[in-house]
Amino acid sequence: MIEIKTVSKWFDDFQVLTDIHETIERGQTVVICGPSGSGKSTLLRCINGLEPYQKGEIIVDGVSLSDPRTNLYKLRENIGMVFQRFELYPHMTALQNISLAPMKVRKLSREKAEKKAMDLLERVGIPDKADAYPANLSGGQQQRVAIARSLAMEPKYMMFDEPTSALDPEMIQEVLDVMIALAKEGMTMLCVTHEMGFAREVADEIIFMDFGKIVERGTYEEFFKNPKSERAKEFLKQIL
Amino acid sequence: MGFAYDFDWGVLWRQPYGMWLLEGLWLTIKIGFLAWIIALSFGIFIGTLRVTPWRWLRFIATAYTEVFRNIPFLVQLFFWYYAGPMVFGQHLGRQINQIMGLNYYVAIFALGLYTASRVAEHMRAGFASISRDQYQAVLSTGMTQYQMYRYVIIPYALRIITPPLTTEFLTIFKNSSIAMTIGVAEITFMSYRIDAETFHGLEATTGAMFIYLILGLTVVRIMGIIEAKFKIPGMIGRE
Amino acid sequence: MFNAVARNIYFLLGGFGVTLQLTICALVGGIALGALVGLGRISRNKWIYHPITLYVNFLRNMPLILVIFWFYFVMPIIAGRPLNPFLSAVISFIIFEATYFGEIFRAGYQSISKDLTSAAYSTGLTYSQTARHILIPIAFRRMLPSLITQSIVTFQDTSLAFVIGLQEFVRRTSIVDNLEVRSIQLFGFVAIVFFIFCFTGSKISRYFEEKGRKLGMI
Repeated sequence: MIEIKTVSKWFDDFQVLTDIHETIERGQTVVICGPSGSGKSTLLRCINGLEPYQKGEIIVDGVSLSDPRTNLYKLRENIGMVFQRFELYPHMTALQNISLAPMKVRKLSREKAEKKAMDLLERVGIPDKADAYPANLSGGQQQRVAIARSLAMEPKYMMFDEPTSALDPEMIQEVLDVMIALAKEGMTMLCVTHEMGFAREVADEIIFMDFGKIVERGTYEEFFKNPKSERAKEFLKQIL
Repeated sequence: MGFAYDFDWGVLWRQPYGMWLLEGLWLTIKIGFLAWIIALSFGIFIGTLRVTPWRWLRFIATAYTEVFRNIPFLVQLFFWYYAGPMVFGQHLGRQINQIMGLNYYVAIFALGLYTASRVAEHMRAGFASISRDQYQAVLSTGMTQYQMYRYVIIPYALRIITPPLTTEFLTIFKNSSIAMTIGVAEITFMSYRIDAETFHGLEATTGAMFIYLILGLTVVRIMGIIEAKFKIPGMIGRE
Repeated sequence: MFNAVARNIYFLLGGFGVTLQLTICALVGGIALGALVGLGRISRNKWIYHPITLYVNFLRNMPLILVIFWFYFVMPIIAGRPLNPFLSAVISFIIFEATYFGEIFRAGYQSISKDLTSAAYSTGLTYSQTARHILIPIAFRRMLPSLITQSIVTFQDTSLAFVIGLQEFVRRTSIVDNLEVRSIQLFGFVAIVFFIFCFTGSKISRYFEEKGRKLGMI
């Protein structure tokens, strides 16, 4: 369970998050949407301790992130993250990208780590690309490798930061399919995305953020069919 | 009528002059390689210090690169050679001055330290060219800061900066010529020495130029092979 | 602490004056020639492109000190009379540094996209107006940091005129050192003076680079 309790964050004088309050239960899929600059990505980065926050509290499985005794590295092993621009290691093959952390962090043998990496590549549908380097993969393939890389650490939570917004339209679905399958298997997911189809299929809750605040929350039906706030109506008009 | 100049290209192969040039070439190669070992290892070390979380380590590394890049190499060489031994006091300094081939060792040392600052600067640029998200992506897989640098960021940065490092490697052979000013008998020194004996400096320096050209082309060829080996597939390398 | 420096300060500063003169001559000539060399390097005429490229690639493989010697030996033959070392040094610097400045200019010229030129034409600007108001200002801003950096390198390079007996800053310091045998303070002094000038220069270069980046120019 991830508990976010009235979290606020500033970049110098600029407040990027204001009193964010949210609880994510195990097995839930939460979709976060909102205009650019609304603090969605920052919120994700706060949850796995990549960015500090100044007020409030984030608690992951009972462990507080602001507690100085918390080992953030240990925490991140349980939280996978997928980035907008994939961020694969360009000097390693797909297989090496996936097997690196299990070998170095979990101390798995090369054999076991590579076996696991192969299984994951199978799962995301590109086992034939094991020895390809990122630059020789399409965007959709790269993003699937990136998802496999996160899954290799067997995280309890997965966070997606606009995973399809850097992709060509024809590649979006292959990535979404992987994400949908993951959600249906019971993975706890936090996704910043504007993909309506994805939200409709798997989202348990949709959060709408604007100017660093959660403006509205609800199920797919509630939010898309019947938004309450003016800001949300405005936003939906633009993306639909 | 001005000068009539009788060309005598024979100085390039007549003995002992031809041999001098070859001896000079050998010394140039030795200095270049040994200095490069210092430059590369120390430069990577200093460059990496510049991204550590400790402020004063960063400051020392930055100060190092700034000082060594902003003083002409000739001045640095003179400082190490003439002033260096004196730092140890009159007595010990005089003993250091007695060391056989001191100028040769000083040249390697000075050239190594100077080039290290340039390597460190390339290293910094390499780190800076890796996006913030890339760093976060590594951390999000649970790796520690140390593991992140050790397994992903440093290997990646080194590959990014292979082309500028190749240029630096070429430059180290060119800069080694400055060691002639403290009497190291490398190629340029030898061509000047031939002039002193034969007054045919033009032929001797022209010959030396072609030796540098061949040396440079050879280095480029070798580094091309190394670069191809380390190249990240699909990434744009040297034009 | 700097007593040997103080005793010979006028002699040393005179040497620094020579260093500055050398630098200015080398920069004026080197940048002017470099602008032309840069044009030659993007020329479609192979009778211009190939010779210029050969010249650039050849000299960039050479140690400057050897080039200084070479000109020192060749100039009297061409001129038919002995040349003073200052003139000989200036000529070698101009011809040598122009290859480095030339590559900066080439990159600057090439950094301007065809579409940008077309866009300017499409608003009705003439060729010379486009060059004057669009192309040259953009190229100049992009090149400025590199031009400053290379100017600092040139400034440092002038110390190599030492080898043909020119009494610039370093040569004069070493003359004083022969008499006084105060190497630490004398060469320390030279190092500090060079550092102050070069460090300031590199800060200025970085300022323009940052500014360019903020404007999205680089």
